[in-house]
Amino acid sequence: MNPDPGIETLVNELRAWLDAFPGPEPAMVGIHTGGAWIAERLHARLGLSLPLGTLDISFYRDDFTRKGLHPLVRPSHLPFEVEERHILLVDDVLYTGRTIRAAMNELFDYGRPASIRLVVLAERNGRELPIQPDFCALHYNLTPEQQIKLSGPDPLRLELLAP
Amino acid sequence: MMHVPQPGPLPATQQLGPDGRLRHFLTVEGLSAELLREILAVSESFMSVAAQPVKKVPLLRGKTIFNLFFEPSTRTRTTFELAAKRLSADVMNMNISASATRKGESLLDTLRNLEAMHSDMFVVRHAESGAAQLIARHVAPHISVINAGDGRHAHPTQAMLDVFTIQRNKGDVRNLRIAIVGDILHSRVARSQIHALNILHAGEVRVVAPKTLLPADVEQLGVHIHHDMTSGLRDVDVVIMLRLQKERMSGALLPSEHEFYRLYGLTEERLAVAHPEAIVMHPGPVNRGVEIASEVADGPRSVILEQVSNGLAVRMAIMSMCLGARPGGTA
Repeated sequence: MNPDPGIETLVNELRAWLDAFPGPEPAMVGIHTGGAWIAERLHARLGLSLPLGTLDISFYRDDFTRKGLHPLVRPSHLPFEVEERHILLVDDVLYTGRTIRAAMNELFDYGRPASIRLVVLAERNGRELPIQPDFCALHYNLTPEQQIKLSGPDPLRLELLAP
Repeated sequence: MMHVPQPGPLPATQQLGPDGRLRHFLTVEGLSAELLREILAVSESFMSVAAQPVKKVPLLRGKTIFNLFFEPSTRTRTTFELAAKRLSADVMNMNISASATRKGESLLDTLRNLEAMHSDMFVVRHAESGAAQLIARHVAPHISVINAGDGRHAHPTQAMLDVFTIQRNKGDVRNLRIAIVGDILHSRVARSQIHALNILHAGEVRVVAPKTLLPADVEQLGVHIHHDMTSGLRDVDVVIMLRLQKERMSGALLPSEHEFYRLYGLTEERLAVAHPEAIVMHPGPVNRGVEIASEVADGPRSVILEQVSNGLAVRMAIMSMCLGARPGGTA
């Protein structure tokens, strides 16, 4: 499935929100890997002035002792001060909420943000933590065996994987 | 040349878990190029932790790491300690020579006691070759052992941080000429470097040393041997100087330090035959005026202090790869 219409929805919602936002312009941070792809597109379309940040949350995961370290850990890169900054945190698919918790923990190790808003392309049922998106284009109701996965970066494709 | 027996190559299976991931890190010998490249890639990620205002990640929270140093060391012990702390592990430094063994407790009794304190990892430095392997064979199954230098045998984390430093400065080692200079005979660092560089198919690895400071089996290590600096350093991209290990010298291997410096000391003039952008490395501590001139050690081509910072990231990578590999988890 082509995720472009979903990205279009997010661009429109975010643009309206940014226009009304009273504070200084927020910084956008994408979570590796899918979230960073989405964030790249949103960042370009919205013409944000602060450079895009990326987070690899491998060092902050809560399943490290069960799964070990992901072999393709990338360096996190936040090219701005996090302290007192409004942050738009971007991921591809929101499921259990554990990735977002880890990402927030990592952000706080860079400073105390003024606020964090969560932007996701898609969300599905199965939350295990009290975390909800502020901006979300697509909603799915799936069985635990089903998965949605974003592949990319060019072209981006959102796939529904059933066993 | 002097013959020093070395522990045989270790079956890779002793270092790897059933899933093929690192369990112990005792020597680079027998490990795959793929695994070494994975260590280098994970190390690169840990470099960003040093850029965080909070230089700490929660990866090894709740893990207990014992630094077992049977031989004095400041730098290596400190970087292992700091690496463990940056991973949020609890770390204990045991200076064993000064404690239990002096009261007659056997090594294995000491280990059993530390295991009873629910430790997860031993970082071992010992003057005897093979000590870390021996400990790895006898520890409880949930404990990882990292070799922080054993006798003249291996110093695998140092070798990995050196390869990491080379790669960051000069790119893929396959395209590089690398010279290792000085006291190869006593150097576990050189041995581990040579194995790591060969596994990663380095372009050309040279050793430059007098005959008396080369091990008898040096030809079998797959290196080019040079006895003089002018031929040894010609066109190299990387010069690795080794510390002259005066404390390990027995007998008359060298006429004098002064004579060594005259023939093998790295000076600006000697370095002139190397590639103009060659980098200079040294595992430390540096003997200024013995193996290297101060002007070179502190000069623009020196990456000696960068090696120290990189060592932290590489040790964080290796520690977390060993402790995260437990299927089912022990935490």
